Amino acid sequence: MAEKIVVDPITRIEGHLRIEAEIENGKIKEAFSSGTMVRGIETIVRDRDPRDVWAFVGRICGVCTSMHSLTSVRAVENAFNITIPKNAELVRNLMECTVYLHDHVVHFYHLHALDWVDVLSSLKADPAAASAAAQKLSNWPNSSKGYFSDIQTRIKKVVESGQLGIFANGYWGHPAYKLTPEQNLIAVAHYLEALEWQRNVVKIHTIFGGKNPHPNYIVGGMPASINLDEANAINSERLAFVKKLLDEAKTFVDQVYIPDLLMIGGVYKNDWGKIGGGVSNYLSYGDFPTEGYNDVDSYKMPRGIILDRDLSKVHPVDANSPEEIKEYIYRSWYKYSAGDKAGLHPYNGETELNYTGPKPPYKNLDFNDKYSWVKTPRWKDLPMEVGPLSRMLVAYAAGAEPQKTLINNTLKALDLPAEALFSTIGRTAARGLETKLVADWALEFYDDLIKNIESDSRMVDHKLWSGEKWPKQAQGVGLSEAPRGALAHFVKIENRRVKNYQMVVPTTWNASPRDEKGNLSAFESALIGTPVHDPKIPLEILRTIHSFDPCLACAVHLYDEKGSYVHRMDTF
Amino acid sequence: MTNRKKLTVYEECLKKGVSRRDFLRFCAATATIFGLKASAAAQIAEALEKKSRIPIIWLHLQECTCCSESFIRTSHPILSTLLFDQVSLDYTETLMAPAGEQAEKSKHDTMEKYKGEYLLMVEGSIPVKNEAYCCINGKSAKQIIEEAAENAKAVIAWGNCASSGCVQAANPNPTGAKPVHKIIKRKPVINVPGCPPIAEVMAGVCVHLLTFGRIPQLDSLRRPKAFYSRRVHDTCYRRANFDAGLFVKSFDDENAKRGYCLYEMGCRGPSTYNSCGIIKWNEGVSYPIQSGHPCLGCSEDGFWDNSPFYERNPTLNAYGIEATADQIGLAIGAATAAGIAAHAVTTNIRKKKLIKNEE
Repeated sequence: MAEKIVVDPITRIEGHLRIEAEIENGKIKEAFSSGTMVRGIETIVRDRDPRDVWAFVGRICGVCTSMHSLTSVRAVENAFNITIPKNAELVRNLMECTVYLHDHVVHFYHLHALDWVDVLSSLKADPAAASAAAQKLSNWPNSSKGYFSDIQTRIKKVVESGQLGIFANGYWGHPAYKLTPEQNLIAVAHYLEALEWQRNVVKIHTIFGGKNPHPNYIVGGMPASINLDEANAINSERLAFVKKLLDEAKTFVDQVYIPDLLMIGGVYKNDWGKIGGGVSNYLSYGDFPTEGYNDVDSYKMPRGIILDRDLSKVHPVDANSPEEIKEYIYRSWYKYSAGDKAGLHPYNGETELNYTGPKPPYKNLDFNDKYSWVKTPRWKDLPMEVGPLSRMLVAYAAGAEPQKTLINNTLKALDLPAEALFSTIGRTAARGLETKLVADWALEFYDDLIKNIESDSRMVDHKLWSGEKWPKQAQGVGLSEAPRGALAHFVKIENRRVKNYQMVVPTTWNASPRDEKGNLSAFESALIGTPVHDPKIPLEILRTIHSFDPCLACAVHLYDEKGSYVHRMDTF
Repeated sequence: MTNRKKLTVYEECLKKGVSRRDFLRFCAATATIFGLKASAAAQIAEALEKKSRIPIIWLHLQECTCCSESFIRTSHPILSTLLFDQVSLDYTETLMAPAGEQAEKSKHDTMEKYKGEYLLMVEGSIPVKNEAYCCINGKSAKQIIEEAAENAKAVIAWGNCASSGCVQAANPNPTGAKPVHKIIKRKPVINVPGCPPIAEVMAGVCVHLLTFGRIPQLDSLRRPKAFYSRRVHDTCYRRANFDAGLFVKSFDDENAKRGYCLYEMGCRGPSTYNSCGIIKWNEGVSYPIQSGHPCLGCSEDGFWDNSPFYERNPTLNAYGIEATADQIGLAIGAATAAGIAAHAVTTNIRKKKLIKNEE
């Protein structure tokens, strides 16, 4: 007989996610993922000036802040056939690198690490042994015995106060935690250091975009002008500031993040390198153009699709094709004019809220009916995983460098077969490796910007700023790779106003409910087969769900075989 | 909160008839559980006899987490100092270790143990058109906030979502998003607007509460005067260009490259109350105008519907909270000269009103 579990709220994510799972013989047999919050922003941007939309949709997410803004200006520029100046492309790339560096580091230490790191165990560590271990990991200077001893004292003080704050009611002491006390202490120290570091790297957004979170963008380029002879513009002082922040970011990634990732990966690889794989198809739109947004071959991250984990072939993807990407609402709380079974290409997408679930407060959702605010996107009717793992796999299969060599070297260092990539650990490792690449690319973009500024200071294409020359009707798609995966914005413009706006966001691919045929999306699929030591404690569920870095509000529940949904209850 | 009579854990034990011997035994047991040396028991006892850090419950409703993201970027104090030395952030879905039932337990433990003492911080708006538009653990946002506010000492509404509904409340407000003060009537609500608020402003509000033990002085819109009594326009370093009639006409034009005033590009600085020009963003690095973009007015109620953003809007409440530009009979958005004249007139009106208010 099965045991059911509900996890709601899933914490250490962005947004509201609920997960329900059915556990049999210590393993997850069924899982349901539900997004439990909606705001209807696609409805709100209708009839607005297309130049304003980046600001509205930017507010979809303050964690991968700026990614929706970037994708929105790309969509409008695509509709009007605007090519931005080289400087603007490089500044946008630098800002996108900043999002990756910030987001991935914060995800690893502050959203994901506590799934692998036992904070209370760090109190048992010998600071001298932790120091020796840390010095073997890298050259990071904060590694003395005294340093670790101070960190330990600080944590001890919090514990002894009886007020554990964010650490209260954690899963400390759970047998699935495998790090030594010294490894835990190193990780806790770096948790605190990353917390302090992360507030610096975002200053690159502040320099070019005026603030962070939610920096400014404009259609046609970037708002900050370059003038090397002016205090009020991007000048050598501002550029030197950016360079310093990029250098510090690279050092932190190379000397702290990657060594910690390898340390933790090395301990957990044998269990978690075999589970959590989920759907076997991977989508990446690619990103970081070096010769313009329209020259996909110039992207640092290639575009394409992997099917059935076959790394010998990369399939093309065309976001404009009405036959490829479609969104379904069979299990989602929306209404389509063509009925519940229809699939709509986003250009013709509809957003009409239609809640049919139980009235809150409720204990259970009905999984035989609609059960989520997340729509179900499909590529040629197939579920796709998106995110760092998809990007690295597409790059690997396409033979792109430096991705391929980096993946091969890492597998060798951890003594793992290529199949281990399709797992919870594979996903977490791909995110770290990608961060290393982005830290290097950011310095390349910086050098290119310096070179370009010598002969060209333009930041904006003015031709189409005033709406007078716009075509009466236009449509465009903006594609990007947000830290969490493939992101697409589709805009239709008529009489200088937005006629329709649809977004297919990364977590929509990953967290969506099943489709009409019963095919599972990435979260639900990845949980199947996951061992659960104690159904009252959802640590293992968090590991796999967090490996995707979800960006929504969801919840997890357990349900029984008769279809009645119960909150944390045995059905023996 | 100046005369806070919060009982320490030890005092609570005494009140409940627990003897000192049992209390010390509990401390020793705690030390064992955490794998500490026996000597730690004395330290635990000492800490529990002292006053506790202020407990905080931070709710996430209809939001994008930008307020939490801004908060973690604070530079003075830095977040770890705040979290581990000054407050006890017992519930925040973004950072807390536990999930599901254990997360709910953290919230309920604090609500019971620190009844009337904890601070409630809210990020996000509350949908009322259908409560199912935002649910956590099966409860609606409205149910959650009403329950958590019941025994809170005070409520802080972070950001534009919680203080005025923000982007989801923009026309046509499909989910019926409401700010906190429209739902919670019986508790003091401090509005800290902005999308998001500046990190140091958020930390500043916390520090004021902790250091001085009372709510900072608020204006009529419940905003802390320390951070929201000045218009961005009045504190803008480009203000001299406005006064001299030097304006950017188009992004990246020659005037933009000289850092002239962005008023004609739609800057909302003249109608926006915030600290961007003074404290600036991310440890004082820059702010939107300094980086070439007009102010969007993100700390103002209903700023999303004062669009298009890149045009002056004659119906905009352009010169302060007293009157719209149209009401004082001047057409804005036509000639800049008229704009400057209107600006001067309304500034004077505003000053007079302020003087009157002070009296």
